[in-house]
Amino acid sequence: MAGWSDHEVDLGGLKVRVGRGGAGRPVLVLHHDIGTLDKLPFYEALSARFDVIVPVHPGFGEKSERAQWLRHPRDIAALYQWLLADLGVERASLVGLGFGGWIAAEMAALAPRDFHRLVLVGAMGIKPPQGEIKDQAIVSYIDYAKAGFHDPAAFARNYGDVSTEQLVDWDLCREMSFRIAWKPYMYNLSLPHLLGGVKAPSLVVWGDDDQIVPKSAGEVYAKALPGARFETVAACGHCAEMEKPDELARLVTGFIDVN
Amino acid sequence: MHVMYFTEQPMSAYPSDIGLETGHTALLFSNKHFDPVAGSELYNRYLEHYIYAEEQGVEGFMLNEHHNAPFCMQAKCNVFASILAAVTKKAKIVLLGNPLPLAENPVRLAEELAMIDMISKGRLVSGFVRGGGQEQLATGVNPAFNRERFEEAHDLVVAAWSRQGPFRWEGAHYQHRVVNPWAVPLQKPYPRVWIPGVLSRETIIWAAKQRYPYIALNTSIEATKKIWEVYDATAEEVGYTAGPENHGYLQQVHVSDTEEKAEKNARQFLWMQGEFTGLAHPVWANPSGYFSPSLRRNFVEFAVGRAENPRGRPTFEQQVADGRIFFGTPKTVIPKLRRVLEETRPGIYALWGNDGTVSDADARTCIRLMGQEVMPAMREIGKELGLNSPFEVDAPVHLKYSTDLKRMPQAAE
Repeated sequence: MAGWSDHEVDLGGLKVRVGRGGAGRPVLVLHHDIGTLDKLPFYEALSARFDVIVPVHPGFGEKSERAQWLRHPRDIAALYQWLLADLGVERASLVGLGFGGWIAAEMAALAPRDFHRLVLVGAMGIKPPQGEIKDQAIVSYIDYAKAGFHDPAAFARNYGDVSTEQLVDWDLCREMSFRIAWKPYMYNLSLPHLLGGVKAPSLVVWGDDDQIVPKSAGEVYAKALPGARFETVAACGHCAEMEKPDELARLVTGFIDVN
Repeated sequence: MHVMYFTEQPMSAYPSDIGLETGHTALLFSNKHFDPVAGSELYNRYLEHYIYAEEQGVEGFMLNEHHNAPFCMQAKCNVFASILAAVTKKAKIVLLGNPLPLAENPVRLAEELAMIDMISKGRLVSGFVRGGGQEQLATGVNPAFNRERFEEAHDLVVAAWSRQGPFRWEGAHYQHRVVNPWAVPLQKPYPRVWIPGVLSRETIIWAAKQRYPYIALNTSIEATKKIWEVYDATAEEVGYTAGPENHGYLQQVHVSDTEEKAEKNARQFLWMQGEFTGLAHPVWANPSGYFSPSLRRNFVEFAVGRAENPRGRPTFEQQVADGRIFFGTPKTVIPKLRRVLEETRPGIYALWGNDGTVSDADARTCIRLMGQEVMPAMREIGKELGLNSPFEVDAPVHLKYSTDLKRMPQAAE
């Protein structure tokens, strides 16, 4: 991607890989529990308008170092506040994808005045009132990643023939997910009660065929976040940024690009 | 040599054809296929087998546990150990073992084991295991902290056994404001701890560092020798020379009164469609974070069907050729076992006698021939070869109770 660069940022000895590209309002994009591919059309689309910052969560793959002490997604939320402070970024918007949505929501809850906009896409972090968050522990790496898509062709378009390196990466991601979100699995019972103070306008987006996080969790988010807007993406699974990148980028851009 | 009898206590009444059709027989294989009427009969049958075994001269019972699977009916080995503590008189009760990471409260576990030790009048050997991969999922325990929990739970159990209470425990995975159990082991400093395993190099090294005997579970003769190389090298590093009293071996051995019957029943060892052989589900058997990081590439490929199970899945004939399955009459089995003893020199030996759908009568024949003929012969061979058990040489229970440690160059002052 043009103008895209990778940096290693040192957070108190922990080395975190951060991709960055574009110019404009700062947008911190937080990836899924299955890590992130290096270059996504979604990131590129956002970087046409914004200064896009994509850290690789510590331990989620071989690029970002594992912190043995990490015990909760909220720890990553605190690390990313530190990252933004070190980068000198003010008034960022947060775009949280799936598991990254949980981190984004924790960040907003901890610092309710800090952010320009909050966008949650198929976010984990809340116990769905109907249905359950899919348990990756009992399905294979490929089957779990595939379950993130409505259309298998969209999975193939993004991941192609899955390499052994990708499998190793997914295994590292899975291990890290277990280390920090095993029980309760992928939600925080106190989070819904902490979202009422968030001052940033919020957009909650859900694929209409999300097989990983039930839409009912999104409805709880939309209710808990003051004045949140709820949007559904048609014919789309959990990984909207890979399945419908243009549509999601349009939604996000329109939402963030206002004063 | 300490020789003991083992069986997985199979839930042989489950519909194995449905297991084959389903493609896996653990974790999510529905317990609607468990028949408690047959279960009740089998539990009692297995209990009677142990009592019978002691009458036939068997000097030790090895017990284990597994969860959510038909290949082993023991959901809690301490339950059978408790009963055997009361209804048997002399045989060692060898738990191989309690899966430490599954314990949410290791102090409770220490109490249970102390009670078993006292009720059995000091016959407990308290082995510990990490628990198979799927056991973590069956009990809701985080597989990524398996090894950390294993080590910390061990330290806490040993502290509960051997430190005077009350004391406080503030660990990474276990926190207890007051540890002061009013049940402590009869054996001092604490019951012997043996560590069984199959594959993990880390566990072999850990056992050797504690000076706990390592019991190789049904590994091939060649693999077993490699395990001893790792164990013995570690022992030298920490200052002692490992011997037969540090080495244990479990092998599948079915004995009968004819060769034909012995072979037919030995084929039942393949009935076990559990996690180590047969129908292991690649994802559940090896959850992320559970296996050794050095094997990550092998396991991820296995998990998506691109590679064979790194633990292997050999045929009956291959297992016989590798020395993992033995069968025959005492007359033909004893010479085979002599060769194993000569080659691998263990001081602890478990005969895994019966599995699958071996009939009650044939299981009893096997137990009788083991107790009356095979085990006495093995003990004699053990004497001849100098294969002493930890009991015979009064080996230290843990490295810290050693009186024979070599002066290590780095251990100045």
